[in-house]
Amino acid sequence: MAQQTTAGRRYLRAFVSGFFVAVPVTVTVLDRFAYVARVEGASMQPFFNPEGGSKSDIVLLNRWSVRNYQVQRGDIVSIVSPKNPQQKIIKRVIGLEGDFIRTLGYKNQYVRVPDGHFWIEGDHHGHSLDSNSFGPATWTSSSCHR
Amino acid sequence: MFRRVLGKTLGFVGYTIQYGCIAHCAFEYIGEFVVCSGPSMEPTIINHDVVFSERMSRHLCKIQKGDIVIAKSPYDPNMNICKRVIGLEGDKVCTSSPSDLFKTHTYVPKGHVWLEGDNLRNSTDSRSYGPIPYALIRGRVCLKVTKYIDIYNIKKTANVSFCNIRKLVTTRSHVYGF
Repeated sequence: MAQQTTAGRRYLRAFVSGFFVAVPVTVTVLDRFAYVARVEGASMQPFFNPEGGSKSDIVLLNRWSVRNYQVQRGDIVSIVSPKNPQQKIIKRVIGLEGDFIRTLGYKNQYVRVPDGHFWIEGDHHGHSLDSNSFGPATWTSSSCHR
Repeated sequence: MFRRVLGKTLGFVGYTIQYGCIAHCAFEYIGEFVVCSGPSMEPTIINHDVVFSERMSRHLCKIQKGDIVIAKSPYDPNMNICKRVIGLEGDKVCTSSPSDLFKTHTYVPKGHVWLEGDNLRNSTDSRSYGPIPYALIRGRVCLKVTKYIDIYNIKKTANVSFCNIRKLVTTRSHVYGF
């Protein structure tokens, strides 16, 4: 009887200490280093989800490379949508700060990207909620897929 | 001998990683102390004040009108700004200055907030750069660290205490005290 209680207590102690190690480390890794996500929708065809339908691509997002807020033109980034803070969108960076962009369907035909912002567009023009709808995007918790 | 040193070093590294991760989770999901600089939130928050900003309201989307928030600056992601939320999405806000004859209004778009500093004459806020996306908000300021100044002896005492920042309610023309 005494043997069982000590074994049970040992198990509980090991579980609690393992829990307090594993959870913060996992959360830190997901926040700072890498993140796995599923791409849904047709806005990045044919790069992601070329067949459409039920098969969605799964991507690995690199958060370490955007810690200094540097991206290149042509990178695919995932940001929190400016229209809906609970949704993430994944698009390609077309222009950086200071660039002049000719837009497709935005309220101005030519736009200069302001400081601290960038212009993103989906590969599948016309089927994409991107900077052509909400204007230049800013660094709302982004991660990069290269 | 070498094995023991290696074992101790690995143990030390392991502990550092573990406590670093716990610290990251605490700062990211519970709250952090922030030093505010600049005159744009006077008299609520003065230059060099230390405030505590909690993160849970932001993650649960419970930021309300009248809250003071810390947000990433839309023009420079390395800088943070500390302002008060005047309008949430869908609200009508006044964009003209008080000296204008004709008042202009605008509606805050979906997913954005309108920020203004308490010191309206000396603050760059949404009146200059427009509404900012909700996702740029980092946390809500809930406590301020204050130091008591002993009036009779005219010297600072070592007591620090927390005052609930909700008691400092400011409107455009009045300041209600502690």
